Amino acid sequence: AGKSKVGDEILDDLEEVLITSDVGVETTLRIIERIEKRVSRDKYVNTSELKSMLREEIAALLTENNIEDVPEFTIATDKKPYVIMVVGVNGVGKTTTIGKLAYQFKKAGNSVYLGAADTFRAAAVEQLVIWGERVGVPVIKQKMGSDPASVAFDTLSSAKANNADVVIIDTAGRLHNKINLMNELSKIKKVMEKVIPGAPHEVLLVLDGSTGQNAFEQAKQFTAATEVNALAITKLDGTAKGGVVIGISDQFKTPVKYIGLGEGIEDLQIFRRKEFVDSLFGDE
Amino acid sequence: MFENLSDRLERSFKILKGEGKITEINVAETLKDVRRALLDADVNYKVAKQFTDTVKAKALGMDVLTSVKPGQLMVKIVHDELATLMGGEAVDVQISGNPAIILMSGLQGSGKTTFSGKLANLMKNKRSKKPLLVAGDVYRPAAIEQLKVLGEQIQVPVYTEEGNKNPVQIAQNAIKQARQDGNDLVIIDTAGRLAIDEQMMQEIKAIKDAVNPQEILFVVDSMTGQDAVNTAKEFNDRLDFTGVVLTKLDGDTRGGAALSIRTVVNKPIKFVGTGEKMEALDVFHPARMADRILGM
Ligand SMILES: Nc1nc2c(ncn2[C@@H]2O[C@H](COP(=O)(O)OP(=O)(O)OP(=O)(O)O)[C@@H](O)[C@H]2O)c(=O)[nH]1
Ligand SMILES: Nc1nc2c(ncn2[C@@H]2O[C@H](COP(=O)(O)OP(=O)(O)OP(=O)(O)O)[C@@H](O)[C@H]2O)c(=O)[nH]1
Ligand SMILES: [K+]
Ligand SMILES: [Mg+2]
Ligand SMILES: [Mg+2]
Repeated sequence: AGKSKVGDEILDDLEEVLITSDVGVETTLRIIERIEKRVSRDKYVNTSELKSMLREEIAALLTENNIEDVPEFTIATDKKPYVIMVVGVNGVGKTTTIGKLAYQFKKAGNSVYLGAADTFRAAAVEQLVIWGERVGVPVIKQKMGSDPASVAFDTLSSAKANNADVVIIDTAGRLHNKINLMNELSKIKKVMEKVIPGAPHEVLLVLDGSTGQNAFEQAKQFTAATEVNALAITKLDGTAKGGVVIGISDQFKTPVKYIGLGEGIEDLQIFRRKEFVDSLFGDE
Repeated sequence: MFENLSDRLERSFKILKGEGKITEINVAETLKDVRRALLDADVNYKVAKQFTDTVKAKALGMDVLTSVKPGQLMVKIVHDELATLMGGEAVDVQISGNPAIILMSGLQGSGKTTFSGKLANLMKNKRSKKPLLVAGDVYRPAAIEQLKVLGEQIQVPVYTEEGNKNPVQIAQNAIKQARQDGNDLVIIDTAGRLAIDEQMMQEIKAIKDAVNPQEILFVVDSMTGQDAVNTAKEFNDRLDFTGVVLTKLDGDTRGGAALSIRTVVNKPIKFVGTGEKMEALDVFHPARMADRILGM
C-alpha cells in the first residue's frame, strides 16, 4: 500500500534532516517543493520510494550539468604542467588538502611541484615544506612576508623548466569580505597566466564541512575574484554533514571534486555524489 | 545576503494589518519569519524552535497585537531575548593562580594557536602578566613553529619540547619551568581534535587532570553551522570548559553558532577574535551579537 500525498509529518522530518545538515532554508524548501511536485505526478509513493526520490533530487542539485563524478585522481594530460591554485578562508584545510593531493598525484606517477604562496601566516611555509617532505615533492618558497605573486611566478617557472606534470599553489587564508586580500588573489592568478598560458587550470575553493550558510558568500566572493571551478569539502570525518555544498554546487554550477576525511596523507577522497547524499541521511 | 529581519517583520505585519484583524494566529505567522532568520544565521534547528516559542509567549504577553508598530516591537522582543540569552553578567578570565593556567580546546583550524598568542599579548600588555606559551600540539605540521613565531612577535616566551609526543608531560614540565622563571600565567595550546575522536578527547582530558587549569576555553569558528551544538556539548561534557572564544568575527557570518552554543552549554562567551593580527581581540558584546544574528 502507498500514499499519494506526502504527509506533513514526513515533510517535517525531512526538513529537520536537511536543515540540521546545513543545507539551508532556501535549498531545503526547493528540495521539498520538487518532491511534492513529483509525488503529485507519480501518484503512489511509499516511504522507501520517497527516500530514493529525495536522494535523486539532491544528487541532481549537485551540478546538473556535470553528470559523472570525477573518476580518479587524474589530471588533464593536454595541459602540462596542470596548474591548481588553492583558495579559501582561514583554517579550512587548504595546506593539508594540498599535501594530500600531491600525494595522490605523485602516486599516480606524476611529478609534482608545490608553491608556498602563503607568505603571511605564522609558519605557513614550514607547514607546506613538511608536507612536501612527507610526499617527496619539491616546494618552491621565499621568505616570510615576500610577495605571494612572486612565489607563484617562481613555482610555475621552475615547474615548467623541469617539465613537471602538476603544480599546486598554496595561498594564505583570507576572509572573502576583505577587498584588498581578494584583489591580491586576482593578482596572483594573473601572474600565473603570464608564465603558463591558461594557468591556473583549476582554481580549487576549499570549504570547511562544518561551515554553515556563510559558505555561500565564500563561494560567491572567491568565484568573483578567481573564477573558482572546483570545490573541496574538508573535515567530513566529523559530525558535520557539509550540506551547504548542495546549494552552492547548484547555484554556481561548480562541481565538488574532493572531500577531506582526516588529517592523514591518505585522508582525501574523490567526491561521490551518491555516497555524499547517503551520508546526509546516515544510512545505506 | 539575506533580507533583514526587521524589514521582513514590518512587511508581514503590514499585510496582517491590511486584513484588519491581528490574531494570535498572525503572531505565529510572523514567528515563522523569526525562525527563518535564525536558521539563515545558522542557529541550530532545535534551538531556533525553542527560541521562537519563548518569543511567542513574550509577544502575546506584551500586547504586540494592539501596539502601533507591531513589527518594531516584535523585533525588539526578539533582539532583547537574544541578547539576554547570550549575555548575563560579564565573566572575566580567571588569572588568579600562581601560575594561573589556561587550556585551549577546540576543533581543527578554529583559531586556538592564534588566540593563544592574542591572549598572551593582552595579558602581558593590559594585565601586567608574565605569560608562558606552551606548544602542546605535537601533531600538526609546524604547529610548534607557528606558536614560536607568534611568541617572537609579541615577545612572550614559548615552552617547547621538540620530539616529545606526550602533551601531558609537556604541559606538566612547562608549569615547572614557569615556576622557575617566574611566569605567573601559563597558556597551553593544544592540537585541534574532533569531538568523536575518542583517543584525542581522552588526551585533552588527561591534560586537564594533570594540570588542573583555572580556565578551559573552547575556541570555535563563528562560521560554524548546525554542528556547533554537538561539538560544544561533547567538549563540555568531557572538559566542563569555563568559557567560549568566538573567532573570525571580522568576516560577514551572522554567527548563530553563538546562540546555539550558549543555549546548549550555558557557558559565557569570553572573547571574540576579529582578525589575524595579535591585537585583533575583543570582549564579547551580547547586544551587538544579537544585531548581527538578526542581520541588523
Ligand atoms: N579532521 C580533519 N581535519 C582536517 C582536515 N583537513 C584539514 N584538517 C585540519 O585542519 C587544520 C587546518 O588545516 P590547514 O591545512 O592548515 O588549513 P588552511 O586552510 O591551510 O589554514 P590557513 O592557511 O591558516 O588559512 C589542521 O589542523 C589540519 O590538520 C580533514 O579533512 N579532517
Ligand atoms: N580573519 C581571522 N582569522 C583568524 C582569526 N583567528 C584565527 N584566524 C586564522 O585562522 C587560521 C587558523 O588559525 P589557527 O590559530 O592556526 O587555528 P588552530 O585552532 O590552532 O588550528 P589547529 O591547530 O590546526 O587545530 C589561521 O589562518 C589564522 O590566522 C580571526 O579572528 N580572524
Ligand atoms: K560527517
Ligand atoms: Mg594554509
Ligand atoms: Mg593550532
